[in-house]
Amino acid sequence: MIKPLKNFTGLVAPLDRLNVDTDQIIPKQFLKAVVRSGLAKGLFYDWRNQPDSQFVLNQPRFEKATILVARANFGCGSSREHAVWALADFGFKAVIAPSFADIFKNNCLKNGILTIILKPEETEAVFEAIKSHQDYRIAVDLPAQTVTDEFGWSAHFDIDPFPKRCLLEGLDDIALTLMQDEKIKVHESAHPVPYKL
Amino acid sequence: MAAQTLFEKIWNSHVVHESPGEPALLYIDLHLIHEVTSPQAFEGLAIAGRKIRRLDRTFATLDHNIPTTDRSLPITDLDSKAQIDMMRQNCRDFGVRLFDLGEIGQGIVHVIGPELGLSQPGMTIVCGDSHTATHGAVGALAFGIGTSEVEHVLATQCLWQARPKTMEIRVDGKLGLGVTAKDIILGIIGRITTDGGTGHVIEYRGTAIEALSMDERMTVCNMTIEGGARAGMIAADHKTVDYLRGRRYLPSGAEFDRLAAQWLTYRTDEGAKFDRSIAFDAAAFAPQVTWGTNPGMVTEVTSKVPDPSSFADATSRRAAELALEYMALAPGTPITDVKIDRVFIGSCTNGRVSDLQAAAEIVKGRRVASTVHAMVVPGSQLVKNEAEKLGLDRVFREAGFEWREAGCSMCLGMNPDILQPGERCASTSNRNFEGRQGKGGRTHLVSPIMAAAAAVAGHFVDVREWAGK
Repeated sequence: MIKPLKNFTGLVAPLDRLNVDTDQIIPKQFLKAVVRSGLAKGLFYDWRNQPDSQFVLNQPRFEKATILVARANFGCGSSREHAVWALADFGFKAVIAPSFADIFKNNCLKNGILTIILKPEETEAVFEAIKSHQDYRIAVDLPAQTVTDEFGWSAHFDIDPFPKRCLLEGLDDIALTLMQDEKIKVHESAHPVPYKL
Repeated sequence: MAAQTLFEKIWNSHVVHESPGEPALLYIDLHLIHEVTSPQAFEGLAIAGRKIRRLDRTFATLDHNIPTTDRSLPITDLDSKAQIDMMRQNCRDFGVRLFDLGEIGQGIVHVIGPELGLSQPGMTIVCGDSHTATHGAVGALAFGIGTSEVEHVLATQCLWQARPKTMEIRVDGKLGLGVTAKDIILGIIGRITTDGGTGHVIEYRGTAIEALSMDERMTVCNMTIEGGARAGMIAADHKTVDYLRGRRYLPSGAEFDRLAAQWLTYRTDEGAKFDRSIAFDAAAFAPQVTWGTNPGMVTEVTSKVPDPSSFADATSRRAAELALEYMALAPGTPITDVKIDRVFIGSCTNGRVSDLQAAAEIVKGRRVASTVHAMVVPGSQLVKNEAEKLGLDRVFREAGFEWREAGCSMCLGMNPDILQPGERCASTSNRNFEGRQGKGGRTHLVSPIMAAAAAVAGHFVDVREWAGK
C-alpha cells in the first residue's frame, strides 16, 4: 500500500557509475531481513564502508538527498526489491538515469519511488549542475512529467499512464486486480492445473 | 491467423484482462517461492487478511540461505535461521507445499521446477528471483519478480505486465569441441552487453540451440537476465517432451501424450516477426572467461585482459578501470596467466548432473592444485542423488574437491560459502559483480569444464588444448 506521490523538490546526489547492480545497492547479508524497513544501513554498504570512503552518500552535503542521479542501466542484476526499500529508507523519492533495468524499475514504481528517464545529455547536465552548485535541487512534477531547477533548466520524462496513475493515487494493485475476479475465474475454468498432485 | 512467435502465443493465451494504455493482466500458471524474497509478501497477505488464491500452483523450497554442509547440525547464522524458520512457518500457516531440506524436490528453485515436471512448455512461470528465466528452456515464459509482485501473485494468481518487445537470437552451426552452452551465453552477453536485451523477451533459435540438451538450454536461458532481458525461451521439441516424461508432477500415459501434443504447438510460426534479430555462428564461440565486474566484461580464454583506454566512451573507460582495479588485473595480461584461489562448481546456471559429469571427466585421475580450494555444490537433492549413483562424488573427492549439499551456496554467498577479500574464484555461476561471492571477492565466470581444468592447473587454461599436465 503506497501513499499518493505528491510533487516535491529534492536535493540531488550524483552516482557517477555505469551499470550499478542491485548487489551494490544492497549486498546479500541484508537480504536476510524479514521486514521492508530499516534497510538504509545496507544502502551501497560496500562502497560506503571502504576505508577513507569518498562515496557520495558519505559526504555531508548529500546526507539529505532525496533524488539520486545515475548512469545507464541502473539497478541491473538481481530482482531483490530490498534495493528499492533501502533507497526509500534512506530517504530517496526518485532516481534519474538514462535507463533502468526492467525488474528494478517495476520494483521502484510499486514502492512509490519515481524512476525518471532522461536523455544521456540531460542526465549529464544534472551531473554538471551538481558540480557547479552546492545544494543543487530539482523540482519533480509528476502530472506534468517534468523536472526543473531554479536556474532555468527543465526536462520532460516519459512514464506509462498506468504506473503514473497508481503513483498519483496511491493505488493498491492487488485491490485493482481483484476487481477482475470474474475474468480470472473464467480463465481458471478453461485451464485446468496440468499437475498430478 | 497471423504468424505468431512463441512469446506471442504464450502471452496471448494468458491475458485475463487488458485495456488500452494499461499493462495486461496475465494469468500465472506456476509460482515458485524461496525463503529470501517471500517473508514480506506473506506478511502483506496476513496483514490484509488474504489467502493464497491457488495453492495448487504454488510451490516453495529453501535454497539461498541454507548451509551446504551437514544439515543435521543447527544453522549458526541467526538471521539465516530466522528466515528459514519463517519460511517453514509461513508455508505451514498458508498451506504451501514446501520442499524442505533432505527431501527429494529440495534444491535451487530453478533446478527443481523442471526436475519435478512443474515447469512446462507454454506456461507463464514467475518467482522472486531474476534467474527465473531458466525455465524458459522448457518453452515457458518465465521471469523474475520483486517481493511486492510475489505478494500480488499469491493473492490473485495474476500479474500486471507491460507487453515486452521480442528479440530473436539465432545460433546456427556446430559448436567446437570444448565449447559449451555457458560459452554461448557469455559470448552473447559480451556482444549485446548487460542492457542489450532490456525491455525484450529473447527467443533462442537455430541449429546449435536445437542441438543443445535440456540442461544446456537451461544454462543459456538462465543468464538471459544478465543481458538485460527478463525472459529467455527455447521452444519445446521432442527433447523437451522426453525430458519431462515420467517426472513427478506429470500425469502418464494418454494424459501425458495429450499434454505433450499441446506443448509442441508452442513454437514460433514460419514468417512470424521479431522486433529485433541477431545471429551468431556457433563455430565462432570459444571458451569464455569474465575479466571484470559484470557478465558483459568477458573475453575468450585465448585473449588478454583489455586495456580500458580501448573503450569507446569516457563512462565505459572509467567502468573498465574500476573493474580492473577491483579485480586486481593489469591490462594486457593473458587470461591463461590468471591464477585462482577457489573454484565453485554449481548454481542454477551449471549445477545439474550433466554439468557435474563434464567437470568430473576433466578431473578424473587428477588432483586439485595445492594452491586452490575447490568445491562442488549439486543443484538439488535429486541431482546429488543421481550424481552419487554415477560415482561423481567419489571422482571429485579423490581429486580433492569438497562435495556439498544442494543450494545456491557460493553463487551469492548468503550462507557460509563465501570468498575472503582478495580471493579469486573460477565460478560456474552467473554473476561477477563486486562482492557478489563475498566482500572483496574476485569472481571469474566460466563453464564447468573450464572451472574443473582451472582447479587442477591452478590458473585458467584453454580446456580445448589442455592435456592436463
